[in-house]
Amino acid sequence: MRFIRVVAALALAIVSSSADAQQSAADSTLEARTSVVASQLRCPVCQGLSIQDSPSELSQSMRAVVRDQLKAGKTPDEVKAYFISKYGEWILLEPKPHGFNILVYALPILLVASGLGVVFVAVRKWTTPTTLN
Amino acid sequence: MNWKRALIAALCVVPVVILFGYGLTRDPKDIPSPLPGHEASPFALAVFAPGQAELARAVGDSMKLNDLKGEVVVLNFWASWCLSCRDEHQILSETAKSYAGKPVHFLGVLYQDEAANGTKWIEQMGGQTYPSVLDPGARTAIDYGLYGVPETYFLDKHGKIAYKATGPVNERIIRHFVDSLMAVQEK
Repeated sequence: MRFIRVVAALALAIVSSSADAQQSAADSTLEARTSVVASQLRCPVCQGLSIQDSPSELSQSMRAVVRDQLKAGKTPDEVKAYFISKYGEWILLEPKPHGFNILVYALPILLVASGLGVVFVAVRKWTTPTTLN
Repeated sequence: MNWKRALIAALCVVPVVILFGYGLTRDPKDIPSPLPGHEASPFALAVFAPGQAELARAVGDSMKLNDLKGEVVVLNFWASWCLSCRDEHQILSETAKSYAGKPVHFLGVLYQDEAANGTKWIEQMGGQTYPSVLDPGARTAIDYGLYGVPETYFLDKHGKIAYKATGPVNERIIRHFVDSLMAVQEK
């Protein structure tokens, strides 16, 4: 009888620890997914910080909303769409590449290309031997 | 050859100056809200400050947006730690009182604050004619795309957000929005 009790207790402990481990894994996965989404959303009361990095109370509340929505089965895009519907596209730290936003992506490339062009022309000019009359 | 250099310099400088000039004409804090014209998020929030006389609601009552359909709703987010909220408090309170008996409902929503602090603040400010509710976890604030306090939302009788006012409101703004929404109802 005592042996059966010990075996039952052991079995219960194994099942319980396995359930805990599963729960813990699920929690850490949810936290990781929350971090990914939260790091793409802008903190409304900060300067250039994501709600993942901001210590403000509003950011903490927004992170809780992200976590709850992911837990409820929403996809990261659906969570972001929710925040866009409330705050506009401004809430995204990286604006979507369409319309006027394309400038944000195109302008740096254009500036670097023109800078390289200027350097190339200048270097060629400096290295070309001048003809003496 | 100098004109070529001048042209290149102008081509580099002028767009930057135009961009800076455009930036100076804009208020970086004034971010347009996508909400006006859209359905307001429903809420059911508990009253912690009852209000006065005919505008009063019992403490603990659940205020539901759905119960306010058919009325203009003025939703004011505030906090006891918010200095600008002091500027608009008396105006809001008196204007709400002047609309008593009309199909307009004023409601305060306490943002990121404790009920005890809110109650104490209302006492210090000389009372509040309309009720205020708690917003645990700022869920309603986020649903309304709140950036900070004070912010005031004007909802039409169909439960759509008609206007959003950022910062302290004055009597002219409140009356303009409320009267225009009531006029739409009367048509």
